[in-house]
Amino acid sequence: MRQVYDFHGGIHPPENKHQSIAAPIADAGIPEELVLPLAQHIGAPAIPVVEIGQKVLKGQLIAEPAGFVSVPLHAPTSGTVSAIEDRQIAHPSGHSARCVVIATDGKDEWIDHSGLADYKSVDRSELLTIIRNAGIAGMGGAGFPTAVKLSVKAEVGIETLILNGTECEPYITADDILMRERAEQIIEGAQIIAHLVQPDEILIGVEDNKPEGIAALQTAAEGTGVEIVVFPTKYPSGGEKQLIEILTGKQVPSGGLPSAVGVVCQNIGSAVAVRDAVIDGRPLISRITTVTGEGVNDPRNYEVLLGSSLAYLLEQADYQTNKNKRLIMGGPMMGFTVPDAHVPIVKTTNCVLAPAETELPAPPPAQACIRCGMCAEACPASLLPQQLFWFSQGKEFEKAEQHNLFDCIECGACSFVCPSNIPLVQYYRAAKAEVVQLRKDAEKSEHSRIRFEARQTRLEREDAEKEAKRAARKKAAEEKARLAAEQGSTEEDPIQAAIERAKAKKAAQAEGSNSAESAGEKLEKAVVTTRKRLDTATAKLTAAKEDGSDLVDALQTGVDKTRAKLEAAEKALREHQQAATTKEQPTEEAKPIDAAQVAIKKAMAARVADADKSPEEKAREALQKLEARLQKSEARLAQGKAAGEEEKIITALESTVERLREKVTQAQSQANETEVS
Amino acid sequence: MALMRITSPHAHGPMSTARVMQNVLLATVPGVIVLTHFFGFGTLVNIIWASILALAFEALALRLRKRPLGFYLGDYSALVTAVLLGIALPPYSPWWLIAVGIASSILLAKHLYGGLGYNPFNPAMVGYVVLLISFPVQMSSWAAPRGVGELPGLLDALQACFTPGNFDAVTMATPLDLLKQNNSLLMDDLWQQNAQFGRWAGIGWEWASLAFLAGGLWLLYQRVFTWHAPIAMLVALALTAALFYDGGSSASGGSPLFHLLSGATMFGAFFIITDPVSSAVSTRGRLVFGALIGLLVYLIRVYGNYPDAVAFAVLIMNFAAPFIDQYTQPRSYGHAARREDNE
Repeated sequence: MRQVYDFHGGIHPPENKHQSIAAPIADAGIPEELVLPLAQHIGAPAIPVVEIGQKVLKGQLIAEPAGFVSVPLHAPTSGTVSAIEDRQIAHPSGHSARCVVIATDGKDEWIDHSGLADYKSVDRSELLTIIRNAGIAGMGGAGFPTAVKLSVKAEVGIETLILNGTECEPYITADDILMRERAEQIIEGAQIIAHLVQPDEILIGVEDNKPEGIAALQTAAEGTGVEIVVFPTKYPSGGEKQLIEILTGKQVPSGGLPSAVGVVCQNIGSAVAVRDAVIDGRPLISRITTVTGEGVNDPRNYEVLLGSSLAYLLEQADYQTNKNKRLIMGGPMMGFTVPDAHVPIVKTTNCVLAPAETELPAPPPAQACIRCGMCAEACPASLLPQQLFWFSQGKEFEKAEQHNLFDCIECGACSFVCPSNIPLVQYYRAAKAEVVQLRKDAEKSEHSRIRFEARQTRLEREDAEKEAKRAARKKAAEEKARLAAEQGSTEEDPIQAAIERAKAKKAAQAEGSNSAESAGEKLEKAVVTTRKRLDTATAKLTAAKEDGSDLVDALQTGVDKTRAKLEAAEKALREHQQAATTKEQPTEEAKPIDAAQVAIKKAMAARVADADKSPEEKAREALQKLEARLQKSEARLAQGKAAGEEEKIITALESTVERLREKVTQAQSQANETEVS
Repeated sequence: MALMRITSPHAHGPMSTARVMQNVLLATVPGVIVLTHFFGFGTLVNIIWASILALAFEALALRLRKRPLGFYLGDYSALVTAVLLGIALPPYSPWWLIAVGIASSILLAKHLYGGLGYNPFNPAMVGYVVLLISFPVQMSSWAAPRGVGELPGLLDALQACFTPGNFDAVTMATPLDLLKQNNSLLMDDLWQQNAQFGRWAGIGWEWASLAFLAGGLWLLYQRVFTWHAPIAMLVALALTAALFYDGGSSASGGSPLFHLLSGATMFGAFFIITDPVSSAVSTRGRLVFGALIGLLVYLIRVYGNYPDAVAFAVLIMNFAAPFIDQYTQPRSYGHAARREDNE
């Protein structure tokens, strides 16, 4: 007799298995409509390969896997694809998901299919492909793609292959009936899987509350090397981690996979599905589901087509609507309630439980936790549920994680024993979800922080570079000034020179802008840039409005201002263009309109005339002009003196006269020089 | 059809907080009967008066905190506190002493901290210690046991409680007092010179202790608590006593059996330190918690100022409970394996 180990904690809830195990498996038949969710497994949803209105045959591929961790989907019977749309599915959240809907034709016509006569002759990878193409996902409840689980690398070294026939959840008998009726197929499936993972030993673990199933398995296993291991009934022995500990005494490392301790674990239902796929070429299109609870008059197990609705299945079992207020998919410990009876049966649906209110009463209001520790006694993961509850309630997630919140398997043993009726598992689920969210947020903010810091460093570096350049320039200028000072006063003052250069530049610019054409260009440019700015501002405003940002008002004012500017610029441009046109076609009426224009013209003409004159003439003219101005000023001074004007004015006039005299002298000497040269 | 949506698990076990409390109350019955037999109706009157006050104070506190009365009174926790304090107080205590004790227990130790489940200290022991420090005279007079002194009747007991001025109790030093005051007599001589001593410890005390032990074992069987804290306390106390028991000289601290069956040892081990709210949470933590209480009880009894020490030891360890929790977190599934891998 093989040694079995015990695991910490566990509970003994009322089993309630006898109700549904008495009758053999019944065929649930073909409902009028099958609703097949594209995600019935863990991993990416499958991608439909059929079209609405297309006829499909039983076993025909209707959706292909989307990636490695995904499984395909097949038509459970023949019919027509009537829709591919979102339907309500059986999920704790009660949400909808994409489904392929098949209107059945009742003919149940198979597509061509064939199995392998000798699976041992084919390649391992080919065998895996067959399992993968058959759409098998773990049928114990989690729904992990079986092919992925079985593609463990040979070098990992699998010591033990475990088939899980524990079925520790109360009420459920789907695995038990499978053992009783299809023991040979289970053993065959076990051998195929063993052929794939090459273990040292093949064990089938069963709780001791299923003597008939055990006997059937033992008969079927004779001479095959498959060992049936029986151990005491205790919930949750069927948890993968717990079963591994029971059978091998080893614990799967936290966060690790069973293969880390040399174990591969499969549900016996999955083993039969593997066998059907390999030997018969039959994809996973139906499963055995227990229908039980006092809400049905005829509790038993059904072989049911995937996609059949709960309502259809319950109908078969003589459902009493008035007796039942909640429908549970799965068992009373880990199952979840469904929003209504029209959700479909999927690959993981091992039980539909319709309890009467007296059978599973609604939980009374929770009382305060008195930290009695019964939950810690019951916890199969050796956690401290009361502390986890305390931390979850107080949102001390760090401490909750430190107390191994994520090792909780949500088996519900703690809630079951809690004398204060606290929905502990719900607190842990919520806490886990929040921690996951916090981790995501932390990752995001960390990313932002890194980006911000990088930007900050770049800006600082640029500033430093600018500063360095400035310092270098300053130093160079100082050096130059020092050199200039050393070379003596003969050289021009550099600052003065710079100022003069700047003045000259400005003058040149002013001259340039005087030309009519460049002014026009400038105005046009102004219009274009303003329009651009208006466009950007408007775009920003729209975006802000969509986001409902607070900045809408500010942006609106900005847009208005820019628009006004644009209008002004356009107006200026128009006027300028008009002016230009008028200038081009000079008319008699146009002349007196603009005195300034006339003056400019005069000045320009004068300048043109000037250009023709020789330097001598220029100098002479300048001299004459100055002399004339001097005379005028002298006259003004004399007049002022005679009139006895204020002293200030007299002084100013005197200084003007003085300056003009100087200038005249200068001009005279210049004129002389020009003449000489 | 509107279906009910509830999260798993949908099944629930038969245990409830009210049932836990009822079991505790039931388990005190043998001890109370023995105490009544040996010391008269004093303890019974204590318990009844304390219970009435406790329910009243609990109701008052709930009203002030705007909590539903029925829901919270139905958890029996106030009654448990009252019964435990009533047992711990000397028989024939005056009514006001009990009132002050219960007020301290329910209002100060329990509701000021947030009510049931949130109190860091054992409410009954807080009430006891408040009285012990405030009214040492009343708190250190214990009735003479049957056979040694004259036992008052039920009417006398009621009179002692409600008109204390008219009642003259026959009180005597307890065996623990005698041991504390002894500084010249050998253990055997001390035993012979004082009528209060019985076969293993004090008359009445030894049987009351055994009755509380029986009640405690029944609670263990009912899985109301685990064996860790009580057994750790008793073992630690017995071991320490054995270590310092020098065969019964005048400087001896008393035999292990004497300590186990004296004062509040058994009562404390199964009814006080097993209060889950204020103790350590993990089984390992409870071992440490219980063992340190056992050690402290001996140290305070023999070297401290008070003849009995359970209340102080419990309160001191209540302080330490969160600290113990910090270092006694159990090894969760799959965690040691990982550590071994790393090593």
